[in-house]
Amino acid sequence: MASSVLAPVQERGRAALEQLGLPNRRQEPWRLTDLKRLAAVSELPASASPLSTSLPASLDGVTRLVLNGFDDPLAGQVLPEGITALNAEELEQALGHTLDRCGCAQVWPVEFNHAKAQQILALRVRGRIGPLELVLAAGAGLNATRVLLLLEERAELELMQVLLAEGASAHSHVLEVHLGQEAQLRHGVLATADGASSLMAHLAVEQEPRSSYALTSVVQGWNLGRVEPRVVQVDGQAETVLKGLAVTGAEQQLATHTAVRFDGPEGELDQLQKCLAGGQSHAIFNGAISVPRDAQRTNAAQLSRNLLLSDRARVDTKPELEIVADDVRCAHGATVSQLQDDELFYLQSRGIAAADATALLLRGACQEVIAQLPAAAQAWRPLERVMESLAP
Amino acid sequence: MIRPDAELLLDIQDLHASVEDKPILKGVNLQVKAGEVHAVMGRNGSGKSTLSKVLAGHPAYRVTGGSVRYRGQDLFELEPEERARLGVFLGFQYPVEIPGVSNLEFLRVSTNARREKQGEEELDTFAFEDHVHDKLKVVQMDPAFLERSVNEGFSGGEKKRNEILQMALLEPVVAILDETDSGLDIDALRIVAGGVNQLATEDNATLLITHYQRLLDEITPDYVHVMAAGRILRTGGRELALELEQTGYDWVDQELAAQGAA
Repeated sequence: MASSVLAPVQERGRAALEQLGLPNRRQEPWRLTDLKRLAAVSELPASASPLSTSLPASLDGVTRLVLNGFDDPLAGQVLPEGITALNAEELEQALGHTLDRCGCAQVWPVEFNHAKAQQILALRVRGRIGPLELVLAAGAGLNATRVLLLLEERAELELMQVLLAEGASAHSHVLEVHLGQEAQLRHGVLATADGASSLMAHLAVEQEPRSSYALTSVVQGWNLGRVEPRVVQVDGQAETVLKGLAVTGAEQQLATHTAVRFDGPEGELDQLQKCLAGGQSHAIFNGAISVPRDAQRTNAAQLSRNLLLSDRARVDTKPELEIVADDVRCAHGATVSQLQDDELFYLQSRGIAAADATALLLRGACQEVIAQLPAAAQAWRPLERVMESLAP
Repeated sequence: MIRPDAELLLDIQDLHASVEDKPILKGVNLQVKAGEVHAVMGRNGSGKSTLSKVLAGHPAYRVTGGSVRYRGQDLFELEPEERARLGVFLGFQYPVEIPGVSNLEFLRVSTNARREKQGEEELDTFAFEDHVHDKLKVVQMDPAFLERSVNEGFSGGEKKRNEILQMALLEPVVAILDETDSGLDIDALRIVAGGVNQLATEDNATLLITHYQRLLDEITPDYVHVMAAGRILRTGGRELALELEQTGYDWVDQELAAQGAA
């Protein structure tokens, strides 16, 4: 679809990649990244096969669109009233606008996506729309996808995005969302894999005043994972909620880099990022919040809570607050701990065996985020998936 | 209720225990029979709470000497969960908050663990809801607390009610209540004490650990023990608690000093 629009984008991406080269450890955002794995991802051929397993049925009333890198996601699809696909002209105008606004130009994963993406889904949303499910499935090779969503003024959408992969495959995904004034997007991301595949997901969100964006992301099981939500409140006065759960095991490495910028006053942010790191895995969180001079009366809270499930797992967490405005409330905190003996003992003293008590506590730790996913997530059994990955 | 022929449930002999290599219990002797209510009193740091945690099997406490037999069985051979399933219950002074774990689910899992050991059928979600609603009456608890995470955001009184609710569900043989009265206003104290009284039968026993007489106004003990320096210094009837209320613990220092001199 829209290859005429994508051709110049690809051209630009290739040029940028040539100029940037592969990231290196001297660059702060890549300091902790396993660059060998990144290089392997960059060399994957384009995906041409679907997943070997079939997808579970979606819940009643949920519209499902599937992006596998080669089939047209809209073929044979009746879109709910209020959602229309952008035509080539609209697309040309809108594409990349939010990325630029969110400071994603010359960012390697984005330029990589530009160079590789052959598929784009671009939708305009008007009014209040029933739940939409977007499934990104990588069978083998690189599934490079790009999605653009324009929510008009007062539009309301519940979007459940599912990223699945198996074997030596990878996702390169870039999502751009523009939220008009008073628009509301409840956005769930469930990205799960079996430990062999890799994920690079860039979520750029631009919020007009009085809009509301709530992201709940659950990411688990990627050999190399990098998830980067970047939100800009263009004139402040908007509400952003980011709830993230990152689960790593074996030798996986998963980095979550969030960036929220308030380009106007009275913006709000409520952020919780949780990591559960087991095996010899490495979980990374970098949470940037930028409050420039104009962003007076900003109210932001960021909490990073990390649980080490083994002695060899590693967590790096870094809040990065840049506050210039003087009349603001910005709270942040980070904890790294192991399962608490007192919690375990309390459960054991009620007859619950140590292993079951551990499972119950982990379930609780995950549920705090998973419970926030949109209802459509239930078709994918998110809690069960995560718990299975945590089973000893 | 004291009955000479009642079953000996808990037999503590010369119990010594340490935490972080610091000796806390230094020779506790105590026998608890079915039908009895015992109160253990004493100052802060006398070893009361340590005794309760050692009996329940807290991993931070190390038993360094002596023995405890529970219905004839060596208690220290059992994991904490096994003790609970066999009917040893510890009501916590500071019940732990567990975010994300639903109180209802927690209560169901623990109730079923105990029921299985007693040879009773496990309760499924629906049967358990009926069962737990019956038990809520014991502590006049709002069903809304079942839907919340375990103890999360509960007030002090609500946490203690939740403890007694667990006691009602687990039907312990020996219930050890560690300062259940701390942090309770008088109304909450009455409700919690009323719950404990309702659950006391001639087949089980209660060990109340407390600082204050006011709990013993609500729950009448058969025995009162005063702990000091990791041992039981004196044992009496309920009049001993009343005496303590009048005279305080100064005599304890004199008695310890006299023993030290001897």
